[in-house]
Amino acid sequence: MAVDLPDNVLISNLDALANWCRKNSLWPMPFATACCGIELMATGASRHDLARFGAEVFRFSPRQCDLMIVAGRVVMKMLPVLQRIWQQMHEPKWCISMGACASTGGVFDTYCVVQGIDRFVPVDMYVPGCPPRPEQLIQGILDLQEMIQRQGTVAGEEFAARDRQQPKRALRELPILGQSPELRRAR
Amino acid sequence: MQAGSAMNEGSDILLRQLGAQFPRLSTSAFRGQTRIVVPRDELLELLRPLKERFGFDMLVDLTCVDYLHHRDATDRFGLVYLLVQTESGRRLTVRVYVNEPDLSVPSVVSLWEGANWLEREVWDMFGIRFPGHPDLRRILLPEQFTAHPLRKDYPLQGRGERHNFPVLTRSQA
Repeated sequence: MAVDLPDNVLISNLDALANWCRKNSLWPMPFATACCGIELMATGASRHDLARFGAEVFRFSPRQCDLMIVAGRVVMKMLPVLQRIWQQMHEPKWCISMGACASTGGVFDTYCVVQGIDRFVPVDMYVPGCPPRPEQLIQGILDLQEMIQRQGTVAGEEFAARDRQQPKRALRELPILGQSPELRRAR
Repeated sequence: MQAGSAMNEGSDILLRQLGAQFPRLSTSAFRGQTRIVVPRDELLELLRPLKERFGFDMLVDLTCVDYLHHRDATDRFGLVYLLVQTESGRRLTVRVYVNEPDLSVPSVVSLWEGANWLEREVWDMFGIRFPGHPDLRRILLPEQFTAHPLRKDYPLQGRGERHNFPVLTRSQA
């Protein structure tokens, strides 16, 4: 079935168009709690210029954002706040865990620091580094854009698919040295 | 150098006067720093004249040390009061030792207003009560927290407080 189209008309499917709009207008929510927040600010500032990728509009209200960037360690007192902010953001929304502390707790293996925010909120992209360079964060955002283009649908099917995933191995709590009964028996 | 020796002389006079008034004090000096160890029931009686008569008008810090498993230690907790005479810059350390089960030390908020948050921090981290404090709540940790984490018998990685939260999934949010 041939359709005669003028040269200046393009056709696409609605998903691809919606994803293209979404990925090029990410509005980040800066959840900056530590030194990663400084690199996050540098990423948004003129030298590294996040505006080239359509993600320069940092909003401090979760209701206006669709990309939460958790930059820095999150302590147990802060985690309910983080979860509340995540819940207040509108779908479609994504989360970047920036730096070693947000992803794993980093060197802060103590009673109050959450050992990776992915235990309690869904994370789409991890940026390694302590703290990561702005280039690394930009690479993370570019990868996330690619993922949005590839996975996103207007019907939101990708969220159901991600819910079915098994919990990651790293989500298990490691035994505490000198405290856990298994270790004591082995000794 | 001369200023330092003058200061030492001044603290000698101070210690002699205090020693005459409080026979149960034990004092020591190390490199120009003077330390007084006072029994708990004489703490307020000592600190009040220190502030009002001897002019130690500033409480720099109030903190605590847990001596559990410490070599040669006879007491469990030691409180540290760091005082300064702002006129001369002279410093004085006052120490009080407390043991379980009675972990309480009279509050000094009535003398130095700045002791308010410092005593709340010691309560939060070590579980030492300060009778007479106007508002003894936790200051750093959330109110639901039950332990006192700077005690030496508290495990470094906690007792599970850091992973005791609901898990949010994609479909819930």
